[in-house]
Amino acid sequence: MGEVKVLGSWSSPYGLRVQWALGLKSVEYEYIDEDLLNKSQMLLKYNPVHKKIPVLVHNGKPIAESAVILEYIEETWPQQHPLLPKDPYERAMVRFWINFLDNKDKVAPFITFFIGVGEEHKKAVNEAKELLKLYEEQVLGEKKYFGGEEIGMLDLAMGWMAYFGVIEEIVDVKILDAETFPRLHAWIQNFRAHPVIKKNLPDHDRLLQNYTEKRQRFLAYSPHTENA
Amino acid sequence: MAGELVLLDFWPSPFGMRSRIALAEKGIPYEYREEDLRNKSDLLLQMNPVHKKIPVLIHNGKPVCESVIQVQYIDEVWHDKAPLIPSDPYQRAVARFWVDFIDKKIYELGSKIWKTKGEEQANAKKEFIECLKLLEGELGDKTYFGGESLGYVDVALVPFYSWFYAYEKCGDFSIEAECPKMIAWVKRCMQKESVAKSLPDQEKVYEFILQLKKVFGIE
Repeated sequence: MGEVKVLGSWSSPYGLRVQWALGLKSVEYEYIDEDLLNKSQMLLKYNPVHKKIPVLVHNGKPIAESAVILEYIEETWPQQHPLLPKDPYERAMVRFWINFLDNKDKVAPFITFFIGVGEEHKKAVNEAKELLKLYEEQVLGEKKYFGGEEIGMLDLAMGWMAYFGVIEEIVDVKILDAETFPRLHAWIQNFRAHPVIKKNLPDHDRLLQNYTEKRQRFLAYSPHTENA
Repeated sequence: MAGELVLLDFWPSPFGMRSRIALAEKGIPYEYREEDLRNKSDLLLQMNPVHKKIPVLIHNGKPVCESVIQVQYIDEVWHDKAPLIPSDPYQRAVARFWVDFIDKKIYELGSKIWKTKGEEQANAKKEFIECLKLLEGELGDKTYFGGESLGYVDVALVPFYSWFYAYEKCGDFSIEAECPKMIAWVKRCMQKESVAKSLPDQEKVYEFILQLKKVFGIE
């Protein structure tokens, strides 16, 4: 169905969402990895407004913003592995939660968990746990996946949780533990085990090394760093 | 298909206006309920426990929150009347991209214009105009962002016009002088009854902002 390109970044959950969606629908694509510290001319041409990944290019026409791209993929390849329910109300609920978890205020606690220290870090831990509780109890509930019996669009949006363990390893603090969040924990195992997802998960060791370096850089420049 | 439809709203909210316009475009009757945001109703807190914000669209007792999701929902349920979202997947993606852009930029920058002063305000004004110019580029020579009829981007953007006068007074600048194409587009939209009836008077909004500034202790 024409030529598909994805501009992404190996560890970005936003880019991975797009790759996973295409994989689930068995759509072939060319993947182009972007160095976000040295953005390509192609990226700047295809996403002049935000200059960010992911960008999907279909038959030469670019689409930016992961949530927008996912809707496009669902509409363009509707038959294989549908990612949205048919009922308009249920679709509205999926969109609500994707919008919710992508909101910068809802992402912030997890970022601060990674690079914050002291009081700021403690506060982030609490906020993150509140959010995880909401996701576990109200959004996932008793279901196997957020999408029900099969992986849906909301599962892909929640995909960052699938490798959050590496962040916890680096920070040496566990918040997404099996005892407190048994359902999310089970979800992570199921999600990671799916053949399409398994093929496209960032390498653990590479994440560990890369993110450890990233964290060290942030802590070195942070005005809040507590002196050892 | 209509069933019982209630919109919990607050008259100056540009987000509420989006749903008002969408429902009016499609000629769908609904009950409008004004919320006092300093004294939120039990219904609002029950229907939107996560954000506790308006607008909330309640259809047959089930709440849909977030204005862009409401507009998409309205378009999907009442798909045979005045479609707002394009039918072509690529055009839909383009429309969704620009609505996302409007949501990321316009409200926040507009808020900075009336809330701040000095350099912060100057920067906000500059960026605000840049964003409107980008949107003018996207509009091009079309009558509406949706082409010949009102579309998703039009519905998402035009409500902010009711706040333009307030931004201009607080920021001491003219939006029309900087973005004449945008104002020309606004005027075309305002000729539609669905838009004209959904937007409050700009002077009223300005008075409201002045009151807010007093409450927040902003000069």
